[in-house]
Amino acid sequence: MTCTMESTGAGGGATAAAPLLETRKLSVDFGGLHALDGLDFEVREGEIVSVIGPNGAGKTTLFNAITATVALSSGDIVFEGGSLLGLDPNKVTARGIARTFQNVRLFANMTVLENVMVSQHCRTRQHAFGALFCTPAFRREEAEIRERAEKILNFFGSRLVGYRFDQPAFTLSYANRRRLEIARAMATEPKLILLDEPVAGMNPVESAELTKLIGRLRDEWGFAIVVIEHHMDVVREVSDRVVVLDHGTKIAEGVYEEVSNDPLVIEAYLGHGNENS
Amino acid sequence: MTADEQPSEAAPGVTDAASGAAGAQAHEHETPQAPPRPLLAQDWRRLLRMGAVGATAQMFLALSNMPLRLDDRLLIKPILSFGYLSLLFVPFVVGNRVGHQIKREGIPTHAAGAHEVIGGAVAGAVAGAGVSLMALLLANFDLREPLVNWSPQLADLLAFGNSTGFAVFIWLLLGGLSGAAGGAMRLLRPRIRRVAVTMILTVGLISVMETLVTDLAEGMRFEWLTDRVYARRGGVNWNWALILAAVSGLVSVLARGRVRRTRERIASLEGASRNRANLGLIALTGALLVILPMFTGKLTNELLANVGLFVLLALGLNVVVGLAGILDLGYVAFFAVGSYTAAVLTAATSPRINPELPWFVALIFVVGITGLVGLFIGAPVIRMRGDYLAIVTLGFGEIIRLLFLSDWLSGWFGGSQGIVRIPGAGIFGLASVDGTDPRAVFYLVLAFCALTIYISWRLERSRLGRAWMAVREDETVAEAMGINTVNVKLMAFVVGAVLGSFSGAIFSAKVGSVFPNSFLILVSIVILVVVIFGGMGSIPGVIAGSAVLIGVLGGPRQPGLLAEFSEYKLLIYGALLIWMMLARPEGLIPSVRRSRELHQQEMAQDAWLREQLDEEANGGGSLRASAATS
Repeated sequence: MTCTMESTGAGGGATAAAPLLETRKLSVDFGGLHALDGLDFEVREGEIVSVIGPNGAGKTTLFNAITATVALSSGDIVFEGGSLLGLDPNKVTARGIARTFQNVRLFANMTVLENVMVSQHCRTRQHAFGALFCTPAFRREEAEIRERAEKILNFFGSRLVGYRFDQPAFTLSYANRRRLEIARAMATEPKLILLDEPVAGMNPVESAELTKLIGRLRDEWGFAIVVIEHHMDVVREVSDRVVVLDHGTKIAEGVYEEVSNDPLVIEAYLGHGNENS
Repeated sequence: MTADEQPSEAAPGVTDAASGAAGAQAHEHETPQAPPRPLLAQDWRRLLRMGAVGATAQMFLALSNMPLRLDDRLLIKPILSFGYLSLLFVPFVVGNRVGHQIKREGIPTHAAGAHEVIGGAVAGAVAGAGVSLMALLLANFDLREPLVNWSPQLADLLAFGNSTGFAVFIWLLLGGLSGAAGGAMRLLRPRIRRVAVTMILTVGLISVMETLVTDLAEGMRFEWLTDRVYARRGGVNWNWALILAAVSGLVSVLARGRVRRTRERIASLEGASRNRANLGLIALTGALLVILPMFTGKLTNELLANVGLFVLLALGLNVVVGLAGILDLGYVAFFAVGSYTAAVLTAATSPRINPELPWFVALIFVVGITGLVGLFIGAPVIRMRGDYLAIVTLGFGEIIRLLFLSDWLSGWFGGSQGIVRIPGAGIFGLASVDGTDPRAVFYLVLAFCALTIYISWRLERSRLGRAWMAVREDETVAEAMGINTVNVKLMAFVVGAVLGSFSGAIFSAKVGSVFPNSFLILVSIVILVVVIFGGMGSIPGVIAGSAVLIGVLGGPRQPGLLAEFSEYKLLIYGALLIWMMLARPEGLIPSVRRSRELHQQEMAQDAWLREQLDEEANGGGSLRASAATS
């Protein structure tokens, strides 16, 4: 599943593989506030990129812009060589970008299994007719949806399987809700997953386990992943590359060690040294 | 039978702690452990407050003229009329509520005792004082100008035909007694209380549902019995009331716990046996619904047909509101479009076009046209969310009615004259179903109800139904998970419209005429109330909701069992809705989804813990293992 789309890049002449996702001069304004200000950002196939930065740096706005939940002021977003401009959020998901939410937003009254099943909506097509007459095609697809959902949930070990299938999502523990959010994103069969603070609110054990899981997501399922995260040990563990945002612009980029020693980054986080610059 | 029951009562432990009945009995035995409160250690402020609420309610009821209107309707001859009951139940409820105590960890802090009775009596007397005050005011002032029901007859009723002083005294006393009785209900042990409640409910229901019972009696040939039970001019004879109470009490004693145990056994079934039990229940209900109307008279069948029509409408709205979470306040529009389309296509008197199609052929067009209308109304509307959407649908509901009423379209739909002399629904040349034969109408409605239930049941368990639920839960996230929310919501709107058009088509054939006035905004509201009252998203709930609201109280124009209440129907709807939102917001029969939430949580947690412990025992445990490898 990985590494099949490389040749479809827009800039065909480029030597390296074209990026899977690329934002070009991306700007998002909220009134007078530049949440994102001319941001160039890219993700390659099978890459795990961390986006870090102080509060209000524009990290979540970047996710919202990519998934079309906020309108761009200017710039362009290119995914697999095609622009995402003007698409509805569901079309973006259909193109292969899935996301989780910073404040966990499950379908609380649906069961664990249903949460994952419903997220396969854009990959399935049986409509009212098939359901009413219980056609063979309908039954086959229902079975497939269920099977795929179970397979995805099995990826998380014993936590979301068995009797848990039929539990309403709101009964899950906090960590399990985060896991289910990831499972739901996986169910949309994306090429790129955007994880918004996946370990927020988890204890160290759970956090370490999820860190490992993010690596496995890439290795076993072939997703490219962008992670917004505040926990630096998680960032160090998972990222191939780290992008640092502040005030809507990119102030640093590179492997973790480079970025963590960058004076601009330290300044953005610690906020002193204004007199010098 | 009693001998069979005896051991389980003597030793509750024998029946296994898993059974709920035994659990309840265990509680029963724990109750006396807490000491009763001292008699006068009352929360006086609360008593006064509750009493004042009761007094206000009673004064309001008196001024709404309900007691006077319902005074002719005897419940138990010659003791109790509906009119007095409507006042007296207030202090009873107040007295009972006052005795309510907070349970800590399921164990009451105090045993119920004379304390509760005194509290109930005081609060009830305060409530009764409202009527006394009313009687005083009625005697001394004339406020007939703003308050139309301010009449000497009311004063007379409140005084039981005696002086004002007597009225003041007797209502204080009656309020106190009624309140004390309410409080005393707290004293009874649960088992005895259940018997008492059964007795009261049986006598109450039999007297309240007199028309239904006599109608059934005529069909099933046991008039000889009902002629004795009921007095000639209505009401149960007092001696028969006692007999009925005794019989129902005896049955309740004998059946103790059995009903509940059976219900729990059915509820605890799983998998295939559960399905079989459900199928059996459905088949039984279906058979009953088919057979029963054969024995009932016109009146009951008319009632059943009306209930069925509202079940149809409510099931349609249930798809829109309950499944997809779109608050549609203009649902009557589709009912209207369905009715008018059927009328135009089948009636010879239709002004412009009158193809006089057979009903079933017309139905195809009705479905198609209503679906299209749903699409056209839905397309702009569903781009909105929440409150805005509700307001816009409200507007569209009215627009449709005004269009049918307008001079502009009167050439097509007859304006305020409507379309009359609509033929009945012909069933493939076999029979023609119209309003003169309510039994046939009921069977037609029943068939469509079955169809509608099947449709909503299938859709709920499909890809589309899941998408509806996701949209209901969180529209933004549903969109982000790849669901085209606009399409999905539009689909819900159209399905709802089509289901609503069924009842429209039947309605026009049944009534034989359609007028714009049949499609007032009130119809939308009533259907919505039915759905909310029954339980949003729950098919059995919606059916129960319309049986209770439409069957017992009556629809917007259709009389219910309690025809006397028709004037106060909306008042009672409102009161019921408020009570429902406070006491049971999930509805009369909540959807499985909702009731499951409440019960299985703890069981699931226990199972999870057990699982974890097993894993720990089997070396390492998943938590530690994962921590070590990362």
